[in-house]
Amino acid sequence: MAGNVAGERRPDGNPFEGNRSRDYPLPPLERSAGSLMFDKAARELGYHPFPGPAANASRPYKNPLGVQMGQCTYCGYCEWFGCGNNSKASPQSTILPVLLKKDNFSYRTGCDVTRVVLDGSGTKAKGVLYRDLEGREFEQPAELVILCAFAHHNVHLLLLSGIGKPYDPVSNTGVVGRNYAYQITSAVEVFVDELMNPYMGAGALGQAVDDFNGDNFDHGPEGFIGGGYIALWTTGGRPILQHHLPQDTPTWGAGWKKAMAENYLHSTAVSTHGNVVSHRNAYLDLDPTYKDIYGNPMLRLTFDFHANDYRMSDYLTSKAEGIARAMKPRSINVKKRKPPYSIIPYQTTHNTGGAAMGDDPRTSVVNRYLQSWDVPNVFVVGACNFPQNPGYNPTGTVGALAYWAADAIRTRYLKRPGPLVQV
Amino acid sequence: MDETKRRFVQAALALPATLVLPACERTAPRPARIAGTFFSADEYRFVEAATARLIPGNREDPGAIEADIPLFIDLQLGGPYGRADRWYMEGPWAAGTAQQGYQLKQTPSELYRIAIAGIDAYCRRQYSGRAFAELSADRQDEILRNLEAGKIELGDVPAQAFFSVLWQNTQEGFLADPMYGGNRGFAGWKLIGFPGPRYNYVEEITQYGKPYPLPPVGILGRDGTRMRADI
Repeated sequence: MAGNVAGERRPDGNPFEGNRSRDYPLPPLERSAGSLMFDKAARELGYHPFPGPAANASRPYKNPLGVQMGQCTYCGYCEWFGCGNNSKASPQSTILPVLLKKDNFSYRTGCDVTRVVLDGSGTKAKGVLYRDLEGREFEQPAELVILCAFAHHNVHLLLLSGIGKPYDPVSNTGVVGRNYAYQITSAVEVFVDELMNPYMGAGALGQAVDDFNGDNFDHGPEGFIGGGYIALWTTGGRPILQHHLPQDTPTWGAGWKKAMAENYLHSTAVSTHGNVVSHRNAYLDLDPTYKDIYGNPMLRLTFDFHANDYRMSDYLTSKAEGIARAMKPRSINVKKRKPPYSIIPYQTTHNTGGAAMGDDPRTSVVNRYLQSWDVPNVFVVGACNFPQNPGYNPTGTVGALAYWAADAIRTRYLKRPGPLVQV
Repeated sequence: MDETKRRFVQAALALPATLVLPACERTAPRPARIAGTFFSADEYRFVEAATARLIPGNREDPGAIEADIPLFIDLQLGGPYGRADRWYMEGPWAAGTAQQGYQLKQTPSELYRIAIAGIDAYCRRQYSGRAFAELSADRQDEILRNLEAGKIELGDVPAQAFFSVLWQNTQEGFLADPMYGGNRGFAGWKLIGFPGPRYNYVEEITQYGKPYPLPPVGILGRDGTRMRADI
């Protein structure tokens, strides 16, 4: 449920959110046992919990394009899986079925685009090169190329194609690969007497508080900028990856086995997702040594969290711990994010930056319409456009930016191809 | 775009054939519990002994042996996982940092082969010619703890890396769907209370505090001993 519809505050939504023109099309998903406990605990502490907005259909739903979606069944296999029920709103389920009916639409599956092909001037794209599953390479001619791959992949394609000046952290010049920022997360595992049935869940089923995000609170003495959200998500209970064990549980053997039996159905976790600001020494570039299957240099990520990230995350974690304690658990396990950054534990897929949008070609890759400054018939869309990682997950903003860029392409670019912003 | 304008540029790059569709509908009875796909008889004895310490059990309270975890690991190592088909396995091979994860040039199956030989050689040196599987449970626990702590030298592979993979695969063999060969009879799922992959909890999700009433079910049904025929 929305917390601010046309300026009117709704008590069960997020009171900190911006003004939205209408309510969500569907009511929230049913609450899990964990999200109800979180809601109660957060309210007791004076916070403002609300159902996390979800792209899971809580009821049967026909979208504005006429695509029928099924009601989410809380099967717990949402995250990292396709939906057999068409309950997850993503472009392949909500838009692709409509595009497939158009005579002027075609697509290739199992193919990798490896280059945007430029003409001799280097300022105009002629098309793309791609490989199919058998490794055959094709050139697809194009008047307009829109890069819509994952954040890192867009940056990789720009670098391989020679579009935009690669970022150099030493001289602090160039733009492609600059502004890489990650999201910083932590968790407090909660062990309770109540039966939680964690396997009944959905990818975005959860309760959140936004009280410690952005400027929603007084940073006064805290010594950091930014913030993040705290939430209890019940995404599912896949036994290998999603079990929780109390602190001091033996790592294996009879003690591990006993703890698994006692805690799988009686545990959950409060998590935090916080902002990360861009730094000069966090960036993406082409790897000088390692090559991919096509013989192209791989993309290299150079990153670590910085002091502000840890201070902010520790603060958020302490608030999450407070909520966890208010859930009256038999025990908790506070898992702070500790330095240095490690690739090993899964944290999030919320990578941002590398092809930032901006108003100055010296510090951004694309203009405000996500159009390349250097090659105006190339647009780049994704979380790579963010110059910083704010304290929210990127997808909503990525969707909004995609519509924003699509509108500019349709209403302006196609009528008069060329740069939409002059500098 | 005009499809006919697409230009064929270059052919026949060698890519791995990864798109073999799983034949989930075909099932097979379990093979007899002997070393089969990957392990030699000696290696299998090590894996049985080690996993039986990692997740101990008996007939009433199933553990690694009762759940067929050694069989699961054997099948995994003989397949795409054991060959690291989906991993990036090109050199050069830097030592890596603790934050970079698995950086060895060995595939998982090569890691097992080298490590098990190293552990049994270590045991024979230390304990009058006896292999790991022939030692007492307490002694085996001590060796496993030393592997976990990286205190045993295994030659080409770090002990901690092997222990970490062995323990991860052991948990997977206990908690993965029985169609992959482990979790026999839903041993792991019954222990923790997971009812298996089910389609619909619309009614149950708001029944707060109530146990889910139906018995475990796997991808291949309620039998819990059926396996995919193609692994």
